[in-house]
Amino acid sequence: MPAYDEMLTAENVRRQHYERYGEWLDAQSADVISRRRAEADSLFHRVGITFAVYGEDEGTERLIPFDVVPRVMADTEWRFLEAGLKQRVRALNAFLHDVYHGQDILKAGVIPADVILCNTQYRPEMQDIDVPGGIYAHIAGVDVVRDAAGTFRVLEDNLRVPSGVSYMLENRKVMMRLFPELFAAHRIAPVEHYPDVLLENLRSVAPIGVKEPVVALMTPGAHNSAYFEHAFLAQQMGVELVEGQDLFVRDDSVYMRTTMGPRRVDVIYRRIDDDFLDPLAFRPDSMLGVPGLLAAYRAGRVTIANAIGTGIADDKSIYPYVPDMVRFYLGEEPTLQNVDTYILRKPEDLAYTLAHLPELVVKEVHGAGGYGMLIGPTSSHAEIEEFRLRILADPSNYIAQPTLALSTCPTFVEQGIAPRHIDLRPYVLSGRDITIVPGGLTRVALREGSLVVNSSQGGGTKDTWVLEQ
Amino acid sequence: MLSRTADHLYWMSRQTERAENLARMLDIHYRHSLLPHTAEEFERQWTATLLSLGQLDAFQKQHGDPTAATAFRYLAFDRENPGSIVSCLGAARENARAIRGSITSEMWETLNTTWLDVRSSTARATPEIGPFLEWVRYRAHLSRGVTLGTMLRDDAFQFTRLGTFLEGADGTARMLLARAQPGTELTDHASVPDSYAWTLLLRSLSAFEVYRKVYRDAVTPRRVAELLILRDDLPRSLHRCLLELHANLKLVGNQGSSETERRAGALYSTLRYGRLEDLCKDGLQAYLQEFLATLADLSWRIARDFLLPATAY
Repeated sequence: MPAYDEMLTAENVRRQHYERYGEWLDAQSADVISRRRAEADSLFHRVGITFAVYGEDEGTERLIPFDVVPRVMADTEWRFLEAGLKQRVRALNAFLHDVYHGQDILKAGVIPADVILCNTQYRPEMQDIDVPGGIYAHIAGVDVVRDAAGTFRVLEDNLRVPSGVSYMLENRKVMMRLFPELFAAHRIAPVEHYPDVLLENLRSVAPIGVKEPVVALMTPGAHNSAYFEHAFLAQQMGVELVEGQDLFVRDDSVYMRTTMGPRRVDVIYRRIDDDFLDPLAFRPDSMLGVPGLLAAYRAGRVTIANAIGTGIADDKSIYPYVPDMVRFYLGEEPTLQNVDTYILRKPEDLAYTLAHLPELVVKEVHGAGGYGMLIGPTSSHAEIEEFRLRILADPSNYIAQPTLALSTCPTFVEQGIAPRHIDLRPYVLSGRDITIVPGGLTRVALREGSLVVNSSQGGGTKDTWVLEQ
Repeated sequence: MLSRTADHLYWMSRQTERAENLARMLDIHYRHSLLPHTAEEFERQWTATLLSLGQLDAFQKQHGDPTAATAFRYLAFDRENPGSIVSCLGAARENARAIRGSITSEMWETLNTTWLDVRSSTARATPEIGPFLEWVRYRAHLSRGVTLGTMLRDDAFQFTRLGTFLEGADGTARMLLARAQPGTELTDHASVPDSYAWTLLLRSLSAFEVYRKVYRDAVTPRRVAELLILRDDLPRSLHRCLLELHANLKLVGNQGSSETERRAGALYSTLRYGRLEDLCKDGLQAYLQEFLATLADLSWRIARDFLLPATAY
């Protein structure tokens, strides 16, 4: 079945929300587009919007390829998606609260208890701790794709330290600089207020009784692949960018070391994994964390966003149950669907998967970033057989999904404008309210036919336009 | 401000300033190489320069006695030498990168572009030294301009300036030191070759035209020393640098830094009220060595009071 194209219908007619942009695009020569793209590249380089690639020489910095052809969404599409995302994240937060309190959902038998309690992502340290507002996933980067019928489906709920939002913001800035005429001609929903919303959101979850909460963004340091984003967001929010060594805990409160002496911190927006937060509580070899941070957190003296232990809700072994969570906690039918998923710990799903490996995508339940997965249709016989052995060795470590024909979007590649597969990562902010800046980060698989959009695997990004009516 | 941020700001500007000072120092040698000279004289001067930078031992271990080619390469382009121009520019950029949120994007772009350019221009071949040194100075002017032109006048600015003036005083003192022989007397007359050497020093510190304007007279060791040490209106003089250092130190002062401020003030007042004859009563060389030692003490105290993560709170 051919993929759904964002711009063209199956009859090759431009969709309504692409009318104006399509006309403009037709009128441009490839020369103009390629010049603007070169301009964009030099802008990104000069500003230093780069990411480090693991496994290459230390200090290697690369540009994420940027495509100058935007992804355009109709107002109606966005409103549907927005409602679905809010519903989903509300349910996920309710689930996290439940898992770390009464565990009603396990008692009701909706999710098998061992899937949760034997999961390494489940953090017993969090049991019975009350977090402000009952919010665990303050920032969610939910990956959404469209199947061949054009239906939006959630591929992953990223609830730990989702990244990429700086690209959403920088892409927009660059697009406005390169194509002011297009912004004048379209009503494109703005995204530039994201840092303000984020800061407001973080302040709204400060420990009870704190009047003027001090927020800090905690980074693993300059060698982290997403360091640019950490520095960027801290600057945009006007908060300190701290490393573990900049913080210390005294009497269960967290302080920054400043040139004027210690200063208290109330909310930590951390961009560092649970394991590295506190060497006293988690990995003792972590040089990145703050000794005593968990104790301060448990005492309710500091808010950590996202909360510790959110990984239990976005683990791939939990993902198949999210629609059930919506029904269980909200009493609603889920607006957004999952991608059909085979849970290989179930014998019948395992049997089906092993019989259909060349058609399926198989993922490790704890893998991320496009690592540790098999894409059946594009893999060789040998690769499939090798992966089969890995599955058989530990079936419960895997899930399988049909290969989705991700929707395509016109993209500027060497041969000119051509369709390439895309996904979308909107950023869902939960605090006093749930807020989503219209659109998100569109990632694009630049190689023809490729379905892998991860930047670590040759993906690029696009600006995402939600057209206001 | 975070102590670590202050540390990066301070070292960002110190390394930038150091790269510029090195370029100025090498510029003397470059200009000198265009004048008639003997090989021994040349080697002696390189030795004096490396010694004043505290890099003679490390250099000799690798390269033996200095030649123009090895010394230029070592001090300008050698990435293995943390004290080379290229390494300083890289370190300045790394410090800026670590705190790019605390500096303006124009500052970051300036330092980043300097580094990207130097990296690509030195990647394959060794650039011509003359134009390279000129380029380093030009980029230093840009860095200074973008700092003054874009940065909010807050504590981040003050820590940046602290680094600039500490390193500025250090650079000027070392350049004078490289010129000063154990027996150098601050006379009011000079032989022709001597006067050439002092003129080169002035030119490399962008102070030759100033000298003419101020003294309207022949170049003599005493006046050069007076200009570079005691004039408060010459941007790179020790007096000027200490004035700025002391003023910025006062602005960032905290509960524990009063002794550091006092010592900076004491050093500053010797320059403000002292006389050249008294300061240099044991010779120019001895004075400069003592000055550099006091400066090193200040540098250590600034680090202790503001920059090192405090553990004793």
